[in-house]
Amino acid sequence: MDAATKSEASGLRPALRHKFIALVGNEYVRAATAADAVVGAQPKLVIEPGTERELVNVLLLSNYAGLAVIPRGGGTKLGWGNSPASADLILSTARMTEIIEHAWADLTVSVQAGCTIQRLQETLSQHGQRLALDPLWPEKATVGGVLSTNDSGALRLRFGALRDLIIGVTIALPDGTLASSGGKVVKNVAGYDLPKLVTGALGTLGVITRAVFRLHPLPLNSRSFSVSTVNAEETQKLVLAVQDSKLAHAFLQSHFSDDAPPVSDILFEGTDAGLTAQEAQLRNLSAPANISETSTSTWTAREDLWAFSDPAGTAMAKISILPANLAHTMELVAHSANAHQLQWKALMYATGLGGLRLEGSAGSLRGALRTLRGELQGQHGSLVVLHRPDKMPAFDAWGMAGDALALMKAVKQQLDPKNTLNPGRFVGGI
Amino acid sequence: MEARILDQFRAIVGDRGLISSPEELHTYECDGLTNMRVMPRAVLLPNSTEHVQGIVRICHRERIPFVARGSGTGLSGGALPVENGIVISLARMNRILEVDFPNARVVVEPGVINLDVSGRVSPRDYFYAPDPSSQSICSIGGNVAENSGGAHCLKYGFTTTHVLGLEVVLSDGSLVHFGGKTLDAPGYDLAGVFVGSEGTLGIATEIILRLVKRPECIRTLLAAFPSTNEAGAAVSDIIAAGMLPAAIEMMDNLAIQAAEAAVHANYPSCGGLLLVELDGPLAEVEALMTHVNEICRSNGASEIRLAQSEGERALVWKGRKAAFAAMGRISPNYIVQDGVIPRTALPQVMSEIERLSQEAGVRVANVFHAGDGNLHPLVLYDRRIPGQEKAAEALSNSILELCIAAGGSITGEHGVGEDKKKMMSKMFAEPDLVTMQRVRCAFDPLQLANPTKIFPTPRLCGEKPGEYVPHAIESAGIAERY
Repeated sequence: MDAATKSEASGLRPALRHKFIALVGNEYVRAATAADAVVGAQPKLVIEPGTERELVNVLLLSNYAGLAVIPRGGGTKLGWGNSPASADLILSTARMTEIIEHAWADLTVSVQAGCTIQRLQETLSQHGQRLALDPLWPEKATVGGVLSTNDSGALRLRFGALRDLIIGVTIALPDGTLASSGGKVVKNVAGYDLPKLVTGALGTLGVITRAVFRLHPLPLNSRSFSVSTVNAEETQKLVLAVQDSKLAHAFLQSHFSDDAPPVSDILFEGTDAGLTAQEAQLRNLSAPANISETSTSTWTAREDLWAFSDPAGTAMAKISILPANLAHTMELVAHSANAHQLQWKALMYATGLGGLRLEGSAGSLRGALRTLRGELQGQHGSLVVLHRPDKMPAFDAWGMAGDALALMKAVKQQLDPKNTLNPGRFVGGI
Repeated sequence: MEARILDQFRAIVGDRGLISSPEELHTYECDGLTNMRVMPRAVLLPNSTEHVQGIVRICHRERIPFVARGSGTGLSGGALPVENGIVISLARMNRILEVDFPNARVVVEPGVINLDVSGRVSPRDYFYAPDPSSQSICSIGGNVAENSGGAHCLKYGFTTTHVLGLEVVLSDGSLVHFGGKTLDAPGYDLAGVFVGSEGTLGIATEIILRLVKRPECIRTLLAAFPSTNEAGAAVSDIIAAGMLPAAIEMMDNLAIQAAEAAVHANYPSCGGLLLVELDGPLAEVEALMTHVNEICRSNGASEIRLAQSEGERALVWKGRKAAFAAMGRISPNYIVQDGVIPRTALPQVMSEIERLSQEAGVRVANVFHAGDGNLHPLVLYDRRIPGQEKAAEALSNSILELCIAAGGSITGEHGVGEDKKKMMSKMFAEPDLVTMQRVRCAFDPLQLANPTKIFPTPRLCGEKPGEYVPHAIESAGIAERY
């Protein structure tokens, strides 16, 4: 990079801005505001390309000019990950919202990255289908953002994660390459499975411009039940018994907190005859626990967990444990929260994944997160911080990446050698 | 191979772990794709991760390419040796290391046979879901390399769905771990990239698998249709009714004849046979099976049978799983093809295959995983008739071109290997293939792990991608190249 370009990058001179305007048009290049900040870093520009080609050109020019690029979909989870080492421009997919092809008879859909999950689901439901995924804030969250953050909810137990639903992807690389892998068919082993590589990569390898998903039919009928238990030990027994049973539940989640006994929600989908039979089996299996039929409010459990009132006094974490460590983990959480005088709530799925909310002072939050991460890592698990108070002392969002970190860095080096995309936001400084 | 290097290998695996005599090496000169053969310089049979690391370190130092091999049942030449290279057979690393029922996980070595995993966990009513037709002999390591599917992947997913973690020896001999016993380990999903990479990114030495609880009930229905068109229409209706069967398999008349001759599955003689399997809670399956039955009737099924016992079910499947090998009963030679189409393109692609078959004077038997559009046309020929082998190969390739044109894939489960790498550039554009190879360079910069496979034009790592073409924005004078 020559000196002139460098100085351009630091101040983002009008000349460079004009080059971006030439690429996407005046109305789609605007100065960034405080609302566009990314974990404390203030970008200078927001650019909204309208096509894949425009997006590639903006990325390529940014890469030439040495600008740090933050890809953005709906912006609902921009706080996930570490603060960027630098942030010059937001590359927004807000205008790339096309549902390219819903091949309903083949149960697949091809969609641009900026389409919201809710709009996608509305379109799919016209043919009685769905993307079998329940991410956070679907009315705002986009296909690209949900993929990059690997956001999954309760349905993952039955239908798998995004990695199991995505069958094709197109990504823009900083050197101007637009590359596709996978395809439009569910079964396909030709070439490397790059859709999985970019799922959960937090936009550090390339910008997802479109994706192809396999779809599932909407259920004929569904019913959900809640089971109260006296303590975490009993909850774990129930969860493991359900998992070890022949029930074909679509999800199983348990709520824990410092002020109420645990409650588990279970959802069944299928024919009326099947649902009735499964309800009877569930009642048998969970006796003598208290069981009741619930409404669809269980669907909002994760958003409820995220509906905290004081961002400056709250930390949110994604935790991953072995399913059979559920009770032990909840004891650890309770103990650690107690020791640090924190309030807490957790929503744990039978897959071993879950969300944890801790509330209290910034210093206490840090101490509790650190202890918990150490404990969970010691038992094959992990703790990733998704939200922390601005005032909380620096704390790595991710934790240990293990012995494959050097290889991960090599992959990053191959695809984004100038560290243009989301620099420093991912695991191990990537 | 130089005695010096053989000695180093011997020092690691001992005399019994090293094969270097030409007579014995013959066994390893091909895999299930028998028309391609390359003699390896040596075959190593490690029985531990440390052995694999030691062997690979020597390969790295001496720049010797290596090919990992499981049971050698692959059908695309994935385990075909490469010139001047060695073969590392994982057959002796066949221990099931850990079975964890509460967490439904199992940890295995790569040489463990697929069916043995289910065998081990069946007393507690669990199973390992991916079930390639070769499951009684193929290894988990091979399944990982190929991302093997099987008849039940429509509902249960592929090998990649069931691999939670991997211990991998990279081509410099270093040991790394991808994924783990818990989900979503922080970092890139390298397990997702590794599964299905056909041995080109390293060697898996330990694999953490997910177990699945056996469903309460499994029901298998056989329906005989006048042709594959009516059978295909029934499949569409089943899917449109919102069902996700555990498996939907289809066979055409020629395939039925062969299966009957080989295993006497007692299939009805017809133009298109459909096998539909539903599993889940009893009440659910029974309700849905009634519906499947109606759909088959309304699409012109002349005969519908419900397998009444586990024995009958096993026999139904035996015919289907033996279909490839059964071709030997009706043809001296045959090519097993593997292509994928969007399921809805089935009638059109079938009639094209029929037309090509007649033009070439070469018969084609068809076996499909009909639920997911995975076709296995079997191209029948007689090597003794001059020109027939060439005609068969040409027809087999044309079928793949039909798949690509229909928006499908050149392989659903057998892999690209050596066999189909030329077809890769028909399915993918150059930037797609270059990007995949950049990922490869991160794993294996010297390209020692199963080189020459998958990619039609291998690139050296560090090479600038492609010939330089001024980009649109450069041409427009907006940016300059430095």
